[in-house]
Amino acid sequence: MQFMLLFSRQGKLRLQKWYVPQADKEKKKITRELVQTVLARKPKMCSFLEWRDLKVVYKRYASLYFCCAIEDQDNELITLEIIHRYVELLDKYFGSVCELDIIFNFEKAYFILDEFLLGGEAQETSKKNVLKAIEQADLLQENLDFQIRLFPAPS
Amino acid sequence: MPAPIRLRELIRTIRTARTQAEEREMIQKECAAIRSSFREEDNTYRCRNVAKLLYMHMLGYPAHFGQLECLKLIASQKFTDKRIGYLGAMLLLDERQDVHLLMTNCIKNDLNHSTQYVQGLALCTLGCMGSSEMCRDLAGEVEKLLKTSNSYLRKKAALCAVHVIRKVPELMEMFLPATKNLLSEKNHGKEAELCGLLYPALVPQLVRILKNLIMSGYSPEHDVSGISDPFLQVRILRLLRILGRSDDDSSEAMNDILAQVATNTETSKNVGNAILYETVLTIMDIKSESGLRVLAINILGRFLLNNDKNIRYVALTSLLKTVQTDHNAVQRHRSTIVDCLKDLDVSIKRRAMELSFALVNGNNIRGMMKELLYFLDSCDPEFKADCASGVFLAAEKYAPSKRWHIDTIMRVLTTAGSYVRDDSVPNLIQLITNSVEMHAYTVQRLYKALLDDISQQPLVQVSSWCIGEYGDLLVSGQCEEEEPIQVTEDEVLDVLEGLLLSNLSTPVTRGYSLTAIMKLSTREILNRIKKVVSVYGSSIDVELQQRAVEYNALFKKYDHMRPALLERMPIMEKTASNGPTEIVQTNGETEPSVPDTKHPPLVTQPANQVRACDVWTYHCWGYICVNELHSGLLVIPPMTAYNKNGLKIEFTFERANPNPNIAVITIHATNTTEADMTEFVFQAAVPKTFQLQLLSPSSNIVPALNQGSITQIIRVLNPQKQQLRMRVKLTYTHKGLPVQDLAEVNNFPPQSWQ
Repeated sequence: MQFMLLFSRQGKLRLQKWYVPQADKEKKKITRELVQTVLARKPKMCSFLEWRDLKVVYKRYASLYFCCAIEDQDNELITLEIIHRYVELLDKYFGSVCELDIIFNFEKAYFILDEFLLGGEAQETSKKNVLKAIEQADLLQENLDFQIRLFPAPS
Repeated sequence: MPAPIRLRELIRTIRTARTQAEEREMIQKECAAIRSSFREEDNTYRCRNVAKLLYMHMLGYPAHFGQLECLKLIASQKFTDKRIGYLGAMLLLDERQDVHLLMTNCIKNDLNHSTQYVQGLALCTLGCMGSSEMCRDLAGEVEKLLKTSNSYLRKKAALCAVHVIRKVPELMEMFLPATKNLLSEKNHGKEAELCGLLYPALVPQLVRILKNLIMSGYSPEHDVSGISDPFLQVRILRLLRILGRSDDDSSEAMNDILAQVATNTETSKNVGNAILYETVLTIMDIKSESGLRVLAINILGRFLLNNDKNIRYVALTSLLKTVQTDHNAVQRHRSTIVDCLKDLDVSIKRRAMELSFALVNGNNIRGMMKELLYFLDSCDPEFKADCASGVFLAAEKYAPSKRWHIDTIMRVLTTAGSYVRDDSVPNLIQLITNSVEMHAYTVQRLYKALLDDISQQPLVQVSSWCIGEYGDLLVSGQCEEEEPIQVTEDEVLDVLEGLLLSNLSTPVTRGYSLTAIMKLSTREILNRIKKVVSVYGSSIDVELQQRAVEYNALFKKYDHMRPALLERMPIMEKTASNGPTEIVQTNGETEPSVPDTKHPPLVTQPANQVRACDVWTYHCWGYICVNELHSGLLVIPPMTAYNKNGLKIEFTFERANPNPNIAVITIHATNTTEADMTEFVFQAAVPKTFQLQLLSPSSNIVPALNQGSITQIIRVLNPQKQQLRMRVKLTYTHKGLPVQDLAEVNNFPPQSWQ
């Protein structure tokens, strides 16, 4: 995966994760163009489109668009599953997640994404394990003195 | 100085801004506060300030002055600081920034930290955006972590190592020993990730892992819709693809497992199809035996019939890639492919069109051309040029008869004449010239077409040229193929003059017309022609003027040469084959459809979401529909629980917060018959492990002809998360008679009970 963008139906960016280095200006340009392209798609069209030399996979969940850019040899259908898995993780973490949760807790959305994907690839395929890791990291954050040794790792 | 405001507070405040200017002002004020706070080297609130900065950065405002602060946070001892610091680094500090390398030492320390979550943060950051220098420096640490017994870290280290190797390929050697041991892991490891770069000897191990995955029992945490760890399955298939690509032995070792996956994977959900798709890609790429390849293409053929448009799209793309190599196998699915021409989605139509052209051959030309011409008639303008070119090319290669060929060309010119490429005109002219026996028929049909419509320039140009050449055949009524029309020379000249005068004609077309008129001068309407030609001798159009003057000279001084010069053209040899540009691009790449970017995106809502505030524009600041922001992202799809004798009962679902073990189901009962269903009672029973609560219904009459419905809420407690099943009993009175029915409801969507 080259990057993932989350944006609202008005085109406001809610999360951006880049797995390839890009200049800030370039990121802005890509974001702007891609957001416009995706928002212009009609509901009956399929979830994949070709954009520049990449394949873009997007899916809308209520008021949020989840949009991933993958390379030519990547599997579009499994990318849809990855997006869905991320939404499920957010849903379990926030309890019936909605766009407001992601607006007000954007840093947590990033933390969860970083426990699920690393370098653009899925690092942990067990929902339970990802959520457990986040839970424990959150606990760690709450403890001021963090010299504590932790519970055994989720296997 | 008062404490800096909290992150959520800031977000809330910024969202109250009603204009862009107001927002900018708030942001500037806050940035100033943050800057001075940074200057004071305030450790306590640095984390909060950087978090706020990251929020403002996401809104599009500059945040570079926070880069160094991120580094300070990473170096801090507090986990909270590190978490935000690393996040900031990943957002603000890619390898193009000067301060990027300063992170290296911090990351190195954190990779060796005593707390695994800190190590995890470091691995994640390195694996996402480490530059080549950083990767070189830290490769050793990553390699060490690959060998740890802590599987949480091992997985992260594996993916981090993939990134390192991508950035610095020479370091691959270093990771080889550690990786070989990883594959012997029994559990669902992502360690298999690394092996994409390694020996073919690994193939048997990978095959074994994949086999275990498919055969193994249900593992709920890795499961997606009944399929065991699809992410891992896809990864392994991808690896097998890379390993088998140029290696015969490896490919052979994989044959069985690929066939097994291909036949055993369940296809009712997207997940199963994702795995099948990857399997197909792998089969196509390695040196597989032909039976396996046919199996793959048949899978793609089945995909084409799938209701899900995403799957049809993927199938067409893949078929396009293989149509050259496995032509016969793809041919078998021709009719399905042709059906996709009628699909609603633009990308699917385009691929179907390209594939259809690739499949045209001498045997199917008539049938295929019928479909393609129909498509040409009704498709969007963006397709017409390519389609027309494709039709010409195919017709040229496989035309069963000259008459059919000419008819096809006529059809294209008349229906999509203005989209035909300019270079088609000379090609068509050549084609027509060489079909000697069809000249009379052709010129007659073209003349008739001109009478109808002179707006399509390529059509007009070809017609003018033909009339010029074969005008005598037209006037003498020599057509054999169809009823010859009666037309006089004056009428012909009227038409050609009309073209010269019309506003619709381009200069090129006028040139064609004038020349055609001149060629007709070999017959008796000389005077009229001379008049026309002399008029255009003073035309503003330089090209036209030049022609007219020269033709005039021909009349005056070289009249004896005129007949010879204007004689019919001989058959032309095709010199270079510079026919219409090849449109079948076998790698399946096409131009993306560019939307009209002049208008701000006006988003319309789907029909089933009716809300008070509907359409809004991109720049409309305050009218954001608040309701929608609260709507849950994951909606459980509704289902039909019962549908018999005109009574339909639908279930819709809601998530019950905070208790996820409770499913809240709303039943909607509707009645399509002509009589009301009165005294309607709905009863439900569930298996022992569940508990059911039925709330009062909205009424007990289901109005006839869908004029209303009864709604009733059911709450089901499912503490053991078992598959939801329900038995329903319905009693009502219909047309004076009592009706009772019992039914089982088993088709609950998995999200309602998982």
